[in-house]
Amino acid sequence: MKLEMNNPKPILPNKNGRHNQPLIPTEVTDDLFVVSPMDDIRQEELDSPPVTFWREAMGRLMKNKGAVISLTVLVIITVMAIIGPYLNEYTYRQQNTAHTNLPPKVTGLGWLGFDGIDVHRVDQYEKRHITENFWFGTDEFGRDLWTRVWKGTQISLFIALVAALLDLFVGVLYGGVSAFCGGKVDNVMQRIIEILVGVPNLIVIILFILILEPGITSIILAMVITGWVGMARVVRGQMLQLKGQEFVLASRTLGAKGTSLIRKHLLPNVMGPIIVTLMFTIPTAIFFEAFLSFIGLGLQAPLASLGVLIEDGYKSMRFFTYKLIFPSIVISAIMISFNLLGDGLRDALDPKMRK
Amino acid sequence: MKRYILQRIGFMLLTLFLIATLTFFLMHFLPGTPFNNPEKLTEKQIKVLNAKYGLDDPVALQYLRYLGHLVTGDFGMSFQYEGRTVNSMITTRIGPSALIGFQAMVFGTIIGLALGIISALKHNSIYDYGSVTLAVLGMSIPSFVFAALLQYFVGVKLGWLPPALWEGYQNTILPSFALSVTVIATVARFIRTEMLEVLGHDYVITARSKGVAEPKVIVKHVLRNALIPVVTMLGPLAVSIMTGTLVIEKIFSVPGLGEQFTLSILVKDYSVIMGITILYSALFILIVFIVDLLYGFLDPRINFKRGAEA
Amino acid sequence: MAEPMLSVENLHVSFQTKDKEVRAVRGVNFSLNKGETLAIVGESGSGKSVTAKSIMRLLPKHNTKVKEGRIIYEGRDLLTASIRDIQKIRGSDISMVFQDPMTSLNPTMKIGKQIIEGLKTYQSISKQEGKTKAAEMLKLVGIPNAEERLDAYPHQFSGGMRQRVGIAMALACNPNLLIADEPTTALDVTIQAQILELMTDMQKKTGTAIILITHDLGVVANMADRIAVMYAGEIIEIGRAEEIFYKPQHPYTLGLLQSMPKPHTSRTVPLIPIPGTPPDLAKLERGCPFAPRCPHTMKVCHYFNPEMQHASGGHSVSCWLQDKRTPKENLPAGVGVV
Ligand SMILES: Nc1ncnc2c1ncn2[C@@H]1O[C@H](COP(=O)(O)OP(=O)(O)O)[C@@H](O)[C@H]1O
Ligand SMILES: [Mg+2]
Repeated sequence: MKLEMNNPKPILPNKNGRHNQPLIPTEVTDDLFVVSPMDDIRQEELDSPPVTFWREAMGRLMKNKGAVISLTVLVIITVMAIIGPYLNEYTYRQQNTAHTNLPPKVTGLGWLGFDGIDVHRVDQYEKRHITENFWFGTDEFGRDLWTRVWKGTQISLFIALVAALLDLFVGVLYGGVSAFCGGKVDNVMQRIIEILVGVPNLIVIILFILILEPGITSIILAMVITGWVGMARVVRGQMLQLKGQEFVLASRTLGAKGTSLIRKHLLPNVMGPIIVTLMFTIPTAIFFEAFLSFIGLGLQAPLASLGVLIEDGYKSMRFFTYKLIFPSIVISAIMISFNLLGDGLRDALDPKMRK
Repeated sequence: MKRYILQRIGFMLLTLFLIATLTFFLMHFLPGTPFNNPEKLTEKQIKVLNAKYGLDDPVALQYLRYLGHLVTGDFGMSFQYEGRTVNSMITTRIGPSALIGFQAMVFGTIIGLALGIISALKHNSIYDYGSVTLAVLGMSIPSFVFAALLQYFVGVKLGWLPPALWEGYQNTILPSFALSVTVIATVARFIRTEMLEVLGHDYVITARSKGVAEPKVIVKHVLRNALIPVVTMLGPLAVSIMTGTLVIEKIFSVPGLGEQFTLSILVKDYSVIMGITILYSALFILIVFIVDLLYGFLDPRINFKRGAEA
Repeated sequence: MAEPMLSVENLHVSFQTKDKEVRAVRGVNFSLNKGETLAIVGESGSGKSVTAKSIMRLLPKHNTKVKEGRIIYEGRDLLTASIRDIQKIRGSDISMVFQDPMTSLNPTMKIGKQIIEGLKTYQSISKQEGKTKAAEMLKLVGIPNAEERLDAYPHQFSGGMRQRVGIAMALACNPNLLIADEPTTALDVTIQAQILELMTDMQKKTGTAIILITHDLGVVANMADRIAVMYAGEIIEIGRAEEIFYKPQHPYTLGLLQSMPKPHTSRTVPLIPIPGTPPDLAKLERGCPFAPRCPHTMKVCHYFNPEMQHASGGHSVSCWLQDKRTPKENLPAGVGVV
């Protein structure tokens, strides 16, 4: 039976010295054989309350490098969208025939391509005796692209955010009513949704924009007309789940303890998927806005969104590539960041919800 | 099974009918008719045109006529091009779209599958990170941004491939590739998640415990089960390709349906817009239907007799 | 004593997760003779499945670390054997039945094919031979209409039937050792008994040895020759079934027995569940891992993990109560008295 004799098991060092016994015995001595109930400290550890759901989710999110970087990028872009247009003396609509089609120039960043030299290797600034710098260059009307890019970012973000919030609002309303009423009402409402899902979103959006005439409001409305469906489905699913929980009934009888149960355990589970859906709605909305602008259904000049700028830039990309590059970089950064953040949030809020 | 299919077809027709109706009324209430162009046309000419196209009849009559034609597969006449039927425009235009769409789908699926499978099999390795990064980029960067950059750098700067126009097979490559990026990204991501999930299933361990060699375990158990749900991606992918053609055909000057659609939007050629809308919707609905049937055949757990997917 | 068929020696298995190391199995020792039934009992999370999967080398490669130990099967160390050799051993020498019959069969492969697949790795057989053999196996485990059922998919079977299929699959190649990892946990009580009976039955017919893993001591009462009790990745007590049932030495075993419903005792004896939860295997501290839940702790238990000690015959236990220095008044009835 030698095989079943264990080697002496290693004694784990006390990592943090939290135990109150000042001396940790190094040998098994006779005096250790006295009855000693559980360590009070250990007992406390066993009883210590679990970390709340939100803090735990936050912790998981913060451990996700991609999500943290994305969040940082989004914060920077948002801040720039707000203050960027005011960082120089130009406005997004101010035209100047003397300043048309200037390549980007930033003193000191010449090595990065911000040298004011165009495709024909001509320094336009020198040639036209322009002393000020246009960081992102100018367009064919001499408007400052730096200002326009950040103004465009502002408008794109605004459109996306409002559209996403309206989606949420309509979705919660519809999904909530559907789940709450149940029965026939739910059935009919679900059939309607099934039909709507069968219709390609973009086509409906395009048709609606055609009627409403392009503009910020009409773009938002057109996107909400199709966008709420996904949210409504998620909300309904979550509400049904909540409805099915005995917790809800119990909470009425349990009073305060019950409500905290809902706040701590139920609400997070319901809110998780909704937040994640919202997080993915925003980049979709940004994409649709840009897409519409690109096929000529976007905002009207002089207003600019990222899509409008990309469309403008595309038209003259052969000779003025910078006009395409800057808005493209910003929109891509926004899209990537939202997608990564959405992924991170999904994993953090509900590890089971992957996919 | 039969009942299920009939039920589904009924539902599809209903959806299509609703889309047709919606499109009709939306178009009808559009501000201005296509002939509201006082610079070129006199009042009288507009009247003549309206009469010719039946635009001065009561709405109900127009609607019924429209539906009647639709049932026979007739989308009517173009408002913009004298004497051309929408049908003939669609038939001349559909070829290029179908070609680049098909190429994008096939190429995208193959590359996407390869990336996703490598990613899952070498989970958490450099290959995995690489293909996940590619997938995130592919899903995030708007297709027209990518297409524009592709056209500029590969078509114009490097001059490897024709940047635009439709003259030979070479012209199909860039637009197909630009279209396929979303497909690659979506498929890669999907199959990776799916495979990782399947790899964690007990039945894979069961297969190994029977002494089945690893390559066989991967092919017969993991891949087979992971690939079935990929079929469900066909619907969304078809949509993304249709959406993509709208912009990508514009960028690469492909004489396809998408380009026609954007053109018609700009000149408010209602009958063409309606025709293409209904065609796209019908295609989409059909694909979703086929996908569901296919899924049922591939996954023995789904039983159509019960009328719904299990 | 003759060489045991299988011996696991000082097995240590860890899982590396993002920021911590889960020490799932910590120094497990046991051996098994031909035709013998060993039960491994312990709460969920105590490392039973990890031990079992180590034997078959079925743990995920990317995050598993076998830090120490040997697993000797018929003179060969399975831990260092080539994957080719392991594949030969899997199914034909050692095979496994899993806990959840709902998930352990491939949902998109016909039952027959799944059985034949195992046969094929072991001998080259024709399609027809495979079918005949598979049907024979299904008949053997008590599935009616075996020939027809070969073409059925797992979801067309009930849970109990699926587990029968699992057993048929595992026994198809006449293995020397069958590892059954909680084969009845996911099943209804009535079906549990049927499956256990089937396993005993099959053992009689084929003479295979069985490692029966369970978290329920009640399950093993009639079946096991020997029982190993696991706690927090260690075997804390091992012995013949009678010894474990009638002379348990470890307070944890005592607790398990007290929390087990006995059919023949009156309902008035209350079931006493063991209070507390097992320790986090990523943050084990010094001392006996059971000390925080043990009603008989002494100072020594907080600082030193006891070693395995002989109690009697083949009965070993790792507990400080076995030490001669333990005050008599701290010993539960029957413990420490040899
Ligand atoms: N693949 C794995 N990765 C990380 N941890 C694992 C893995 N498999 C098991 N574990 C951990 O090892 C411990 C023992 O698990 P297991 O052997 O499955 O317990 P059981 O006794 O219930 O069968 C558990 O804490 C479990 O979380
Ligand atoms: Mg287990």
